[in-house]
Order: sequence, then structure tokens, then C-alpha cells
Amino acid sequence: MNTLMDVLRNRPGWVEVKDEGEWDFYWCDVSWLRENFDHTYMDEHVRISHFRNHYELTRKNYMVKNLKRFRKQLEREAGKLEAAKCDFFPKTFEMPCEYHLFVEEFRKNPGITWIMKPVARSQGKGIFLFRRLKDIMDWRKGNAGKKLTSLEAQPARSTANPSGSHDARSSDDQKEDIPVENYVAQRYIENPYLIGGRKFDLRVYVLVMSYIPLRAWLYRDGFARFSNTRFTLSSIDDQYVHLTNVAVQKTSPDYHPKKGCKWMLQRFRQYLASKHGPEAVETLFSDMDNIFIRSLQSVQKVIISDKHCFELYGYDILIDQDLKPWLLEVNASPSLTASSQEDYELKTCLLEDTLHVVDMEARLTGREKRVGGFDLMWNDGPVSREEGPPDLSGMGNFVTNTHLGCVNDRKKQLRQLFRSLQGQKKASS
Amino acid sequence: MESCGRSATPPGLEGVALCRRCPVGSNSAIPPGHHSQDLQASLQRPEIKLESLKEDIKEYFKISGWEKKLQNAVYSELSVFPSPSHPAAPPEHLKEPLVYMRKAQGSWEKRILKSLNSMCTELSIPLARKRPVGEQKELLNKWNEMGTDEPDLSLFRPVYAPKDFLEVLINLRNPNYENGDSLSFRTHLGLIQVPLKVKDIPELKEFFVELGLTTGQLGIDDSTQVPPELFENEHVRIGQKVLAEQDSAAAQQYIRQGSPTALRAELWALILNISSQPEDILYYEQLKTNVIQHDLLVDSLIYKDVKLTASNDDYYFVFEDYLYQVLLCFSRDTSVLGHFAYNSASPPKSYIRGKLGLEEYAVFYPPNGVIPFHGFSMYVAPLCFLYHEPSKLYQIFREMYVRFFFRLHSISSHPSGIVSLCLLFETLLQTYLPQLFYHLREIGAQPLRISFKWMVRAFSGYLATDQLLLLWDRILGYNSLEILAVLAAAVFAFRAVNLMEVTSLAAAEAVLADLSTLKVMPLLQIFLFATVT
Repeated sequence: MNTLMDVLRNRPGWVEVKDEGEWDFYWCDVSWLRENFDHTYMDEHVRISHFRNHYELTRKNYMVKNLKRFRKQLEREAGKLEAAKCDFFPKTFEMPCEYHLFVEEFRKNPGITWIMKPVARSQGKGIFLFRRLKDIMDWRKGNAGKKLTSLEAQPARSTANPSGSHDARSSDDQKEDIPVENYVAQRYIENPYLIGGRKFDLRVYVLVMSYIPLRAWLYRDGFARFSNTRFTLSSIDDQYVHLTNVAVQKTSPDYHPKKGCKWMLQRFRQYLASKHGPEAVETLFSDMDNIFIRSLQSVQKVIISDKHCFELYGYDILIDQDLKPWLLEVNASPSLTASSQEDYELKTCLLEDTLHVVDMEARLTGREKRVGGFDLMWNDGPVSREEGPPDLSGMGNFVTNTHLGCVNDRKKQLRQLFRSLQGQKKASS
Repeated sequence: MESCGRSATPPGLEGVALCRRCPVGSNSAIPPGHHSQDLQASLQRPEIKLESLKEDIKEYFKISGWEKKLQNAVYSELSVFPSPSHPAAPPEHLKEPLVYMRKAQGSWEKRILKSLNSMCTELSIPLARKRPVGEQKELLNKWNEMGTDEPDLSLFRPVYAPKDFLEVLINLRNPNYENGDSLSFRTHLGLIQVPLKVKDIPELKEFFVELGLTTGQLGIDDSTQVPPELFENEHVRIGQKVLAEQDSAAAQQYIRQGSPTALRAELWALILNISSQPEDILYYEQLKTNVIQHDLLVDSLIYKDVKLTASNDDYYFVFEDYLYQVLLCFSRDTSVLGHFAYNSASPPKSYIRGKLGLEEYAVFYPPNGVIPFHGFSMYVAPLCFLYHEPSKLYQIFREMYVRFFFRLHSISSHPSGIVSLCLLFETLLQTYLPQLFYHLREIGAQPLRISFKWMVRAFSGYLATDQLLLLWDRILGYNSLEILAVLAAAVFAFRAVNLMEVTSLAAAEAVLADLSTLKVMPLLQIFLFATVT
């Protein structure tokens, strides 16, 4: 079920261009981008679906670096309290260059669990958990394959592959040159929030239209992805327990495709509200807004903000038992293949609304705060819900115009929006 | 009125019904035995004067909160037990006053039991066996993740499915009401052919007056377009007040307009008069021990049902483990046998091997007398949304079952019984959507064939969870299941245009296959209060 093709082909007035024809819009693969972006001329109106150096945000080691740097800057400028708002990322060390720093931290916290992740692979590949330094000694010596299971079988990748966030330069090709991939060692969150005894993470969609100034939209829908098995710390070798990507779950012997292990965010939000009350839920979602905004701010000055570029990110968030959200990673090419009918609906609507915001048809005025399921979250500053200046809540979090996990009556909103835009056009012509 | 006989009833309290139904670990809010000690202690105080003893005790009750608890307990009893009937009526009349209904229920039970016994013999599995110690240990370790077990259930079949039950209801006849085989103007056009009294829309409007157009509702007046100051905020405030007062009757009245999400778990517990006392938790633990020690054949039926229904549901799959923890314990809970006093059904009897027919060796099987059918686990699944503590979840489910759900699969003349609900549904449809009803009947798509499964499951698994909970709010608020029939009719009314165009039962089923987008309260309101009749 390829949602992208369906949405693009069904869009009125859009024609698919084959091969080297002239194009106005390209939903491209990151590998194409790297090879061709620098020597492709694009007219003013042309749009492309990635930023040239998006990996500053989406490759785990760069993201950590940028976030650390941003945090230091915040501390200098605004103090420790403000900088503490960036503590949504578990302690991470780049390997092998920060190995010694990692060992220091490791020794300070004996007995905790760490997770080793390759910087540039997706779908749960190459990830393993460990508690003892000797578990990674072998890896360090170059035997990266020690704990990697059959998940490592490299699939044949086609170039026009919108799903999966892989940077083809790193894994396959590099395997011949350098025996040890770049990894990050990250503190494993040992007290995840469980529902029905299962661990889950949240997938949230953020659309960035530009970095300078920073304009970001948050999609109301998303989903919680459940691990198929019950959470326990006693079996850290069991990939299936700890990793919640659908791709990993699909290979678990317990996996039944009919089950689908996802909850829409609305359902998740309701569940939390009935358990913890609406205020706690408001706080949690406000903390998540903070994650989105701060993470984007941290790479704002680094990313080449080309006016032709926009990007739809898939944020992976983990909630712990204290209802604190943690950022796991940001995906530049979130999977657009649908695992169920409901998933298909979500992704097609997401893509349709993305195209509405990109606005190739030049219908919007640029002052809209909501387009379909997207709410304008940041417009070079916080966007308030009501008309008027943005107000800051007592906690100092931005009270933004976000409605994650809320009712998404996008069809109705789009109808009203386009009708009024049409009316405005008629009036002015 | 009996007292619990544990202590001398103080003077002036003979009129109060204490502990009529209080086995150890009951879900009544009054722990047995405690009240006597408190009372005796305060009776010892020097300021107590004999003349004012009655007033003083009443005052004490009020201050200590016991008055409220007593009121709640009495209210709970009143809600569950039917109103007193003729003093000479035998106990069967409490179960079911009409003889032909009792007979029909009896023969249906015989069929179920036969089916169960034949499965038993075919598979050579005993109805019950003691687990070997090793197996007990294993199960105890896996208690919180029984869902990961994948026993071979291929040979087990559900004992019956709702559609089997529907066939029985269709063939129900009142021998005193002879229609003859030929169709006459007295023949019912629907599937149900028994003449029970059901409410019509004017009566339903009166009964469900709080659902009217001029009364605020959750499910309608809390939608995003409506500013919360108009209704929602005040409603939440009142809800919090009701909870603070701990008044069951007030809660029941309040919840007719729907319950705010954050208050629902507590409100339901208050209405059902459930408070988790230590003895309740102990009772649940005892049931759990029973599960560990003995394996019942019905356990496999439960496993199969959960795997087939809840585990495959897009939302309830997460709660699979809780379902086992609740349902396996439920099968062993003999306190459930108490509800057969007012249930037309009777618990199946089984005999110790070799002692067939000897009453001294008869036991009820399963111990709670309830044989699960296909879809049974869906009664529990929505509750997992609200309650996470296993013993509390268990108590709530048990109370919901003995108050409401049992009526959905036993043959009786009770207005909330499934037979009445079916008839109510068909009558509403015939009266207010005659063209649709006639059309569907003509193409061989009797509406009840489609809506039956919704009503038997109280719409669980068919509606979105938030909508389902709003619906169940009203079931609790009105202490009646009639709203299920009204909703079923309202759904048909809503999709009437599409249904008029179908030409087969399969096509009609397809139009009504997906109810997950429906908003329950607007549908009910329009059907009851805004349809031009």
C-alpha cells in the first residue's frame, strides 16, 4: 500500500514526470539528494522534500552534537533552568571517538543498561543492549557482528525508496572500507511507561517549511507503536521486547499481522487522560512540544535553509513512568507504507495535508494557523492558539497552537479554508 | 428484614437492612463485623444518654460517613433486586415469571451443556483437573503475561455464538398466544414472535428525558465547537462534587448526562458500589490461587475467545493479559452464583465421576455457573481502559455482569432482557421506519439479524471506545439496557438512505459493517427527540 504514489497521482492538476523531464515538485530519496542537489538548478517555485544537510538532525551522532552545543549556548545565555529544558535526550556518546568519556559515565553508574545504536541505519537494525563493558570489547575490536542477529540481512534497496531512513553511504558501502561503523552508546530508559504490560513509543509528524526563519507545523494524528511482548529487563537479548519499530516486530515469532500493534494518538491521549487526568496529559503534550521546538532550534543555524526545501520528519518519542517524554530519534524519511487500512488513511491524509501546506497551487495567504490536520507550531516564535500575543505558561513552556492527539476534523476545516480563500480571491479580483 | 446476626442490633435500627448480601469479600462497601465494634466503642462514651440513644446513633452515622455508605449499599440492593412481588410467588418467579420462558431457557441450557459435554468426551479432556506442582509454578510465573502462551486451541470450538442464540429466540412462542401458522395482521413482521410489552417512542422520551435536546450531554455539548463554559466546565464541577459526597444515587443521576473522562472510573465504582477493601483484594487473590491450582475446560474456551476476539481488535489487543486475569478468576467465583436468584438461567450441574444423578455429588460447573460464549471477553475489554488494578477491574466487571450483562444471553421477559431488546428494536424500526423495514424484509435482510450481535455484546468492539464508554455511562445511569435497542434502531435510521438501495443481506451487512465512526449521543438524540413521527 504505497500512500505516496496514491496521493501524488490523485492530486488534481498534477502530472507525473518520468526520467529526466522537467519537474516542479520532487519527493526525493536522500541518496538522490546527496548526489544531485548541489548541481541541480531549481526555479523559484520548485519544491523538494528534503533539506540538503538534514542529517544534522536525523543522524544520531550529529543530532547529539548539535543538541549538546545548543544546550551549552542556552546555559550561557539564559541560565541553567532554561538549558535543562533540553534534557529530553538520554545521555549519549559517539563511538568510537567518545569512548573514554563513555567509560567514565559508565563507571559512574554501575548496573544500568545501555543501548548501542548505529548512527545511520533504520528499522531497528544493528541495535543491541548491554550492561557490561566486556560486551562491547569485542565490538570495539572490530567484531561489530557479535550481537547482531538475522535482522542484519541487508535487503536489496531500490533507489526510489521513500520508506526507511537510511543514508546509503554509511552501512553497505562502508562495510568494506571501515570495519567498525559509527555507533552511539545511549543510556537505556529502564522505566518506560507501559500499557497492558507492553512498551511502546510514539511516532509524531513535524513538517518544517523553513529553518530561517523557523516555520514548523505539527500534525494532529500519529500513533503509538507497541512491542509485541511484555516488557522485562531480565532479557535484554530479546530484541523484540525492547524495540518497538514495526519493522522489528514484524520478524518477531509472536507477530500476527492481523493484530497490528498500533494505537492512534487520540486513543492514547484518551487512555492517559482517564488514568492520570487532563492536566497531567496537558503537561506531557506540552513537554513534547518543547522537544520538537528545541530540537529544531538546535540545528537551525547549521541546516542550509534553502527556500526550495521542506521536510516531513517522523519523531520517535518514548514516555517514561513519570510521564516524561524522551526523544529517541528524528527520521527524515518516515515510513510511508501502510500496515493497515487505518494506517493507510492516516498516511494519505498526512501527505495530502503536507502538499496543502507546501501549496504548489499558491492558494494560501501564508497567514494560516491551521491547514487540515497540521497546526502551525512555530513561526519564528511561538504561535498562540487565540489571536493575540503568545503567552507563556507558568512552567515557561510555550503555550503553542498544537493539538497533538486531538480531534482531527481536517476535511471540514479544509473545506472551510478553501472556500474562504476562494471568496477572498474573488473579492480581490 | 434480617440483620447480619453478628452483634446485637442496637435499638432503633431494626428498620435498616444491614448486610442482606454479605458473604466474605462481597463488594458491598460495608466490611462485615466492623460496624459493631465502632458502634460499641461509641456507645461506651459517657455522654451517651439512654433517652437520646437513637438520635445519637443516627448522628454518629452521619458524621462518620457510615450513613452515606449504608445509603449506597441499600441503593445498590434496590437497583439490582427486582421489586417485591406477590408474597405467595415461588422463587422461580423472581427468576422469571413466565413459564414458557423458563422452559425455553431450560432447554437452551440443556443444549449448551450437551455441546460442552460432547466436546469434553471428543477431546477426552476432563471438565476440571488439578494442576501438577510444576505446572502451577509455571503459571504463577507467567501470571502477568498469559497472553504469550500459545496453547493448541484448534480443537476447541466456542460452545455457542450469538447467532445460535438468535435462532432459539426466533423460535420462542407463547403457547397462550396462538397466531396459527398462517400470517395474519397479528403476526409480528420481525423475527421475534412473542408479545412482550415494550416502550414506544413517547414512553422512551419520558424514560430518557435527560437525553433531550435542551439538556447538556457529554458526547454532544463537549465537542470542539462548543465553548466549555456553556456546559462542560460546570458538568465537571458537579461531577467532582458528586464524587466528594460519595453518593451512589446522585452519581447515577449525574451520569445520565455522561461522565467526564477523568472521573469515569470513580463514578462507575461509586454507582456499582465498589470500593476496594482489603478483603476484596484478598478474595481476588484467593480466586487467583484457585486458577493456579486447578485447570478447567472452560479456561481453554476463554483462551480461545480472547485470542479470536479481543486480541484481534485494533485497540483491545493491548489488554490481552488483563482479560485472562479477570475471566479465569471469574469462572471460579462462586459468589456469582448469587445472581441466579434473579436470572432466568440456572447454573449447569455436573457430577463427580461415577456419581451421575446423585445430588450429594453435584457441583456447579463452571464454579460460577456461567459458560462463556463467542465474544464474551468483549464485556471486559472496554473496562481495561478505566481500571488497571486487577482486583478492582475484576470487581467492576463482576458487578457489571451480575447487574447487566447476564440479561443479554438469557431468555427472560425482563424489559432489559435480550428478548425485550430485540422486540423493542424491531418495533421501533417498524413503527418509525416502515419503508426501510419492509424493504429489508423483502430482500431477506431482517434487520435483527444484523443488529443482534451489537446488542448481545452491548456494542463492545463495534463502536469506538470513547463512544462505547459514553453509551455504557447511560446504561449505568438509567439502570437499563433498553438504550442498546434504541441505539441499534438509530443506527439503521442513520444509514437508511444507503440501506434502501441494497438488494441482499450481504450488502446490508456491508453498509452496517463499520460503526467505528459513529457518534452515539447525537444519533440517540436525533432518533428520540428530533425525528418527525
